[in-house]
Amino acid sequence: MTKKYALEGLKVLDFSWVFTGPIVTKYLGDHGAEVIKIESATRPDGTRLMTPFKPGAMGLNASGVFANYNSSKYSININLREPRGKEVVKKLVQRADIVLETFGPGVMTKLQLDYDVMKQVKSDIIMLSMTMVGQTGPHSQQPSFGQVLQATNGFVQLLGWPDRSPSLPVAAYTDYIAPWYVLIALMSALDFRRRTGKGQYIDLAMLEASVHLAAPMVMDYVVNGNIQDRMGNRNPGYAPHGVYPCKGEERWVAIAVATDEEWQALCKTMGNPEWTKSTKFETLLHRTEHQDELDKLIGEWTKNQTAEEVMAKLQAVGVAAGVLQTGEDLVDKDPQIKHREHFVELDHAEMGKHLTELPPFKLPKTPAYPQRPFPSFGEHTEYVCKDILHMGDDEFAELIGTGVLA
Amino acid sequence: VLDLTDDRGSFCGKILAELGADVIKIEKPGGDPSRNVGPFYKDIPDPKKSLSWFAFNLNKRGITLNIETRDGQEIFKRLAQKADFVLETFKPGYLDKLGLGYDDLSKVNPRIILTSVTPFGQTGPYSLFNSPDLINMSMAGYTFICGDSDRPPVRFSSDQSYMQSSLQATVGSLIAHYYREQTGEGQHVDVSMQESMIWTLCYAPHDWYLLKQIIHTREGSFWKRLGVTYRLIYPCKDGYVCYRLLMAQPGAEVMNDLIASMNKEGLGENMKDISWTTLSFTEVPQEKINEWEAEVGKYFLRHTKLELHEEAVRQRNVLQPVNNAKDLYESPQLASRDFWVQVRHPELRESITYPGSYFRSTETAWQKGKRAPLIGEHNDDIYIKELGFSRDVLAILKRENVI
Repeated sequence: MTKKYALEGLKVLDFSWVFTGPIVTKYLGDHGAEVIKIESATRPDGTRLMTPFKPGAMGLNASGVFANYNSSKYSININLREPRGKEVVKKLVQRADIVLETFGPGVMTKLQLDYDVMKQVKSDIIMLSMTMVGQTGPHSQQPSFGQVLQATNGFVQLLGWPDRSPSLPVAAYTDYIAPWYVLIALMSALDFRRRTGKGQYIDLAMLEASVHLAAPMVMDYVVNGNIQDRMGNRNPGYAPHGVYPCKGEERWVAIAVATDEEWQALCKTMGNPEWTKSTKFETLLHRTEHQDELDKLIGEWTKNQTAEEVMAKLQAVGVAAGVLQTGEDLVDKDPQIKHREHFVELDHAEMGKHLTELPPFKLPKTPAYPQRPFPSFGEHTEYVCKDILHMGDDEFAELIGTGVLA
Repeated sequence: VLDLTDDRGSFCGKILAELGADVIKIEKPGGDPSRNVGPFYKDIPDPKKSLSWFAFNLNKRGITLNIETRDGQEIFKRLAQKADFVLETFKPGYLDKLGLGYDDLSKVNPRIILTSVTPFGQTGPYSLFNSPDLINMSMAGYTFICGDSDRPPVRFSSDQSYMQSSLQATVGSLIAHYYREQTGEGQHVDVSMQESMIWTLCYAPHDWYLLKQIIHTREGSFWKRLGVTYRLIYPCKDGYVCYRLLMAQPGAEVMNDLIASMNKEGLGENMKDISWTTLSFTEVPQEKINEWEAEVGKYFLRHTKLELHEEAVRQRNVLQPVNNAKDLYESPQLASRDFWVQVRHPELRESITYPGSYFRSTETAWQKGKRAPLIGEHNDDIYIKELGFSRDVLAILKRENVI
């Protein structure tokens, strides 16, 4: 079987930055699309300045997070305020299938590069604008960022303990919902274009997309007046259901028991200690009513074993258990992750070795794989102008000299 | 689209259905056990009244079919001949054993895309693990970084690994679809819930790979990085808000407007005359940050989420409310975009509010609502009208517990 890229030949012009947009175009690029990332000499993608950096490496080409989210792309620096910069953009639009941008509402119009302009240049262009709450509405002009915006989606208040204030996900959770919806919208728009010949403009709001994951919770309020709240590690239908201490510093194992058969298997694995025979723990209902005590007793059993041992013993008898893995476990140890080749080690001319992720789905006939590591800042300005747009040497030199390109 | 998924994957078919695909949910005779997943309409536990089922099966048609019978398998293959996608969440190997795996289905329809969503993927040492959401979240490294430092780590009180992997399954299916439309070839899309959640971590793998450090543990309402801790979640009068002091960045001058509001209430005297745009987190001592955060916190405690958010919108500051279901439903932003839709449920004699379109397009529409199917609601449509079975045959299939 010859393996090919699924999206070979697709051309994407990418004005997006930070996390959400770049993740979208990384997915497209790692599946074979040509992605041209537009930055400017005065405005690099802010993720280039985010930690962690490669030790010893400096500047705009050393961020681990940027490296992860920008494999397979070309980087070109264009001053979009310059009329001749806009001309370069329009030449790129002429040959593109998709334009993605994540500026605030109205910015592309001010730059005279909105959909009306793009459509004039290429009638069947697909352009998608992704913003936090949409192009319109009373909050559309409020500046914000993912770390804060994630609080609005309904899930942050579901993370943590009922007697404490909510916990905040370390990485903005909405930034990891929106990319999948943007990809779904773009792939569907390509299908629509194939069937009808028509392009389209799409206004996609991160907030609206993420509320879809909360649908039953909102319906529970509208229909029943219930406001769901965080429950620590409780989960109706399971008991025990929790996280237990293990041997070592900050080592934990998660255990979730749904059925009485699983409970019996857990008891047997624990060596059927006397306490398990108590009627307090006999059925799901009883166990649910005595969960605090149950958690303490199970914790006594787990604390002298490694998390890996507990997981192996319990999974061997069909009880759901798993290590609370850390970055170290994921990158260096987990044999499943290695088997699936989730992380790929790439070598970048400046940064050297770094990791990038592959999608969590495998397409056996068209496996995703980076075409090349992330681009250094402005690395492909010359390549894009001369090799892709066939710009003459004199014109290119002039545009560099006048600061239109960098 | 033939949708064999349980509650862990039904979101995927729902996303395709709202884009206009004809998604047929295939349940066991008697109904899918995920109809018993709450919450329930009027809090009545009843397989016909699950709000989760309603939400994640919107716009689908529904039939019953027992694919563990020989006739069921034959009928499924006939359906697969005309299908573009099959979605499933069984244990790896289950469909193969029934003669309905990818190899079998691609023989009757080489264009078919089979999308399988499982905790760890189809193969590998953990592929047969028993792994509900808590285990997926933990194995993905997500639980480890959530919660308060003085208590064990926690998971979201909501099955996010199912949601995330359903979204990824949709993306993978549509990329495979693009390729299929160019080449005529389908394939087997193999989705891992663990890897779907790893995608949401951002820092942890790179902190380890590049620095050999585990930086984030459980920081509760705070965020710690680069040696600085700052508060992100603050209690307010009626709940919580999310805010971060702005320093050393364009736009940080809006701090002065917030401080002016605080001054009117006798707060924030210690925050006057500071050049917020040029300050840096790493240059300001932690005690100073704590002191400012405590002062801002006093102001937030006197006001509601809504008041604080409205003020932030006016001042172009970044504060956001920590929304619960009620806040989302009452959001003026969502209302202004006519986000919510009403879907008729004739059996309940009412309409229920659902989230509506997450995109606005110049050409294409989000499919507005037909409620989720009743058990076997479209058996006649599909078995009689589309597959051409007679009523007699249908009666026999029913007697034999095939449908």
